[in-house]
Formats: sequence, structure tokens, C-alpha cells
Amino acid sequence: MADLRELYQEVILEHSKAPRNYRELAAANHSAEGYNPLCGDHFTVYLNLEGDSIRDISFQGSGCAISKASASMMTQTLKGKSRADAEKLFEAFRKLVTTGQANGDQPQLGKLAVFSGVSEFPVRVKCATLAWHTLQAALEGKQDTVSTE
Amino acid sequence: MTTAAKIPSRESAAPHLHVVGGAFTVEKVRRDFPILSREVHGKKLVYLDNAATSQKPRAVIDAISRYYEQGNANVHRGVHFLSEHATGEHERARRTVQHFINAADASEIIFVRGTTEAINLVAQTYGRTHVRAGDEVLITAMEHHSNIVPWQILCEEKGANLRVAPINDNGELLLEEFEKLLGPRTKIVALPHVSNALGTVNPVGRIVEMAHRRNIPVLVDGAQAVPHMKVDVHALDCDFYAFSSHKMFGPIGIGVLYGKSAMLEEMPPYQGGGDMISSVTFEKTTYNKLPFKFEAGTPNVAGAIALGAAIEYLNGLGMDNIAAYEHELLAYATEKISAIPAVRLIGTARDRAGVLSFVIEGIHPHDVGTILDQEGIAIRTGHHCAQPVMQRFGIPATARASFALYNTKAEVDTLAEGIRKVQEVFA
Repeated sequence: MADLRELYQEVILEHSKAPRNYRELAAANHSAEGYNPLCGDHFTVYLNLEGDSIRDISFQGSGCAISKASASMMTQTLKGKSRADAEKLFEAFRKLVTTGQANGDQPQLGKLAVFSGVSEFPVRVKCATLAWHTLQAALEGKQDTVSTE
Repeated sequence: MTTAAKIPSRESAAPHLHVVGGAFTVEKVRRDFPILSREVHGKKLVYLDNAATSQKPRAVIDAISRYYEQGNANVHRGVHFLSEHATGEHERARRTVQHFINAADASEIIFVRGTTEAINLVAQTYGRTHVRAGDEVLITAMEHHSNIVPWQILCEEKGANLRVAPINDNGELLLEEFEKLLGPRTKIVALPHVSNALGTVNPVGRIVEMAHRRNIPVLVDGAQAVPHMKVDVHALDCDFYAFSSHKMFGPIGIGVLYGKSAMLEEMPPYQGGGDMISSVTFEKTTYNKLPFKFEAGTPNVAGAIALGAAIEYLNGLGMDNIAAYEHELLAYATEKISAIPAVRLIGTARDRAGVLSFVIEGIHPHDVGTILDQEGIAIRTGHHCAQPVMQRFGIPATARASFALYNTKAEVDTLAEGIRKVQEVFA
């Protein structure tokens, strides 16, 4: 059960039960949809971009604890950040959940470091990264639904 | 010619009888399946993903090794010893399948890759010659994608309509609604014998009667039925019956399409190539007789032989004994799992086989699957290739425990314990 507690950290469980920024964003000027049909994880990420700055960000949808908590914590982390910051964080986050290593990015990732346990469960990487891929599509203005399956 | 002295025959490895005085001894059965003694994550494997694929008994594994070690050759071609022997074994396996499902003739048994290919074969041959613009194909709301998509492709090509018979909240087909959908434009009915996502056993005999009164042929997807119950295609009177070897303890990569001779005879070939012809010139090709007309190219010889071994293994246990044992096991599991607070069963038909689909309030099935896996319990989570079923019940996915003849009540208890652990993690 040790590994399981690494995956299902208290913070993750708490965010999955009470996700933050869980709403449609009235002032959204960018949005994208992410869908993993095999699992049924399905999210929409909403952005209010002002120039290169993320003024507001929210999400809605349904999914497993890992995907939901990841989406919730992503929105918390990115509010007020620049597009470049978001891209850098995504890179660091992806590295964290695939390798368990954060290198020099650890301080930057902050609370997101709780997702390091995902790397022990390779089939769950797609859950942890779905919201981030959806965010990327929203930033790039892509219309197609994103999937990490 | 006798070959028994040169190549050990399959009979020498026939399964021991586990049925003494009508009782089915699961502990003995388990010893026939080598994989069941392994561990996963340091825990004893509890394999409850049998609707995805079943495990293989020693008799099947040995039949494959024996074929490649002692008997490998191409079939229907050579005059040499091994080719003749392989051909004989291949065709003997066909007769084993024929008797297993009580088909009238061995030529009604077409070897294919699996259920999916069997359904595609019928859609592309019978379907393409009989379905025209404005016609209808009738399926049910509990299909696996493999009994939806081949018909959608056909309907799209022909400008025909796919009609879907509804089910109730228990996951049972609404027979009156179904009958109303049988009309003058209905050209074929396709439905599962047992639903892979819900476990519902459909009253196939009655459905075939309804369709036949209107001269509509019926294809039955039997993938989830054949491992659990005695299937008699003569009694069912269905026109086509499709199933996969790997879900009934045989190897992956082979399956069966049963078709009534009269239907198969008038159908055009599915694929062209060697073995399916009797003569070829650049001007004209004459097709081979049944079943070979539908078996282009070198067949999966080892697969057919090992499927034969799987059937002989099942015959040794007795399908009626297996069905009775599993019935009791599923009833036990249903009671045990549904008694856990916050657990809801999806699929509560009166007549079910093999499958227990469930959701836990507030916990996504994927998380359930990951946590159970850490306990050595293998279940399937997701939509089970039946997305319309998930939509019907308004859920994105379920957790599905699916049983086979080697599962035990103790394993059901382990599953119940596992579900409680899942709830603890999320408490």
C-alpha cells in the first residue's frame, strides 16, 4: 500500500473531492476540450488571456481522482502566470509524472510536486497530463478535442 | 494412415475429470491453469477480467507447443506426412467445434480471427448483397462496438438505417419494443447472446422466432456466452453465431463464425486468396466449397488445434456443470458486492452470466482499478467497448469483475475486501 499512498496523496484526494476553479468562465476568450474515451475522463479548460498573461483560468468536467486533482491544481498554479511560464511548468510537470524527477524545477512546481507518485503508475500518466494538454490546446487556439490516450 | 505413433495425439493429454458424482471441484480446475498460481504486486493473483480474455489451461498450452514441436506444416496443400497430419488435426478441430455448438455440419464452421472478424464477414458478404438504400439493420442498446461499427459501415455504404432496440434500467431488452422495430425493411438482426458490459443473457430463442416469422435472419454475438453455458445453435435456430477462442480458454487469434449452410452457400466470398478457390485463371476463378470459400490464405492451424483442445477440456468438465457452478458464484458475488455501502450494480437483469459491473459513489472506476490492482485483483475499468451502454446509464465508465469457471467464492471475498480498501483510501 506504500506506493498507493504515494499516488493518492491527501492533497490529491482533497482536490479531487473539492476541485478549485471548477466552473465555466464567463469571461473566457480561449477554451479547449480534453477527452480520454477509454477512461471516460472529459474536461473543458477555460482561459481568460490578456496579452500573454493568464488573467483567469477554470475547468469543468468529470474524470478520475488523478485527472481531476491535476486539473484543479493546474488552475490554481497558473492563475496570473504568463504563457511562457505555463509552457515551462507543463514541461516540468510532464517530466515529474513520467520520471518522478523534477531536477532544478522543483521549487517552480511547488505544490504540484505531489504528483511525483504518478511515475510509479505509467498507465495513469495520461490522467495526470490530460488537463495540461487541454490547456496547451486552449493557449494555441486549437479546435480539435485533445486526448492523451 | 495412423500417425499416433509418430506424433503424440491430443487425447493423450486429455484433461482429468474434475466432476465426481456431478460435483464440480474448483480447486482441481485451478491446478489446470498455470498462471493462476502466480503473484502480482506480491499478492496472489485474483483474475477477474475474464470477459476481456480468459486464462489458458495446460491442455491448451501443451497443444500449441506440441503442434509447433512435432506437427507444424501448412494445410490443404502438401502430400507429405506432416502436411497431411496438420490438415487432419485442423479439420478434426472443426468437427470438435461443430459438435460443441451442435451445428448440423462441419462445413458450417468457418474459422476466423475472432468474433469481430466473424461479424464483419457477415456484414460485408450477406449484408452487402441484401441490404439496400432505405433498408434497416436492427441491433440492441447493449452491443459491444464490434456489433455496431461493422453495421454502421454497411449502412453508410448502402444508405441504409441502423435501428437500435432499447433496454430497461436493469439492462434487459424490451421485447415488445424490439418486436415493433422488426419491419418490412429490416434485413438482418444482430444481437449479443450475453452482454459484455452488463452480463444480461438475452432470450435469443424467442428473438429468433420473432425475426423468422418475418423471414429476417439473425446473427448472434456469442463471445460472452460460449465460455459460460451450453450453446446449441440448432435449438436457437439462429442463422449466424460468432465467438472467440480466447474468451473460452483457447488461444488468442482464432474464432468461429457458424452459419447455416443455405446462408453461407449463397453468400459471396469475404476475402480472396489461396485456399478459398478451386481453380483460377486470369479470366475466371471458381470458389472452393464450404467452409473453405471463406478461409482465404493459410489459416491459424495451431490456433484451431488448440481451440479444439480447449473445447475438449470444457467437455471434460461438462458445460452444464460449469454453468451451474458459475451461476452460484455470480449469485454469491452479486449479493456480496451489492451489500457494500455506496456500491451500485450496473446491469441487474434477472438472467445474467459472467459479469458484475459496478460503480462506487464518488470514486471513479479508474481509481478503483488501480487500487484493486495493488491487491493483485485484475478487473477491467472503462467503457468496455460499449460506449452506448455507458451513455444509456449516464455514466462515463464502470468497474467490471468478470468470472470464469476457475474463480472462487474466496476470490469474491478478496474483491469485496479490496473494494473496502478503495473506500478507505478515499474516505
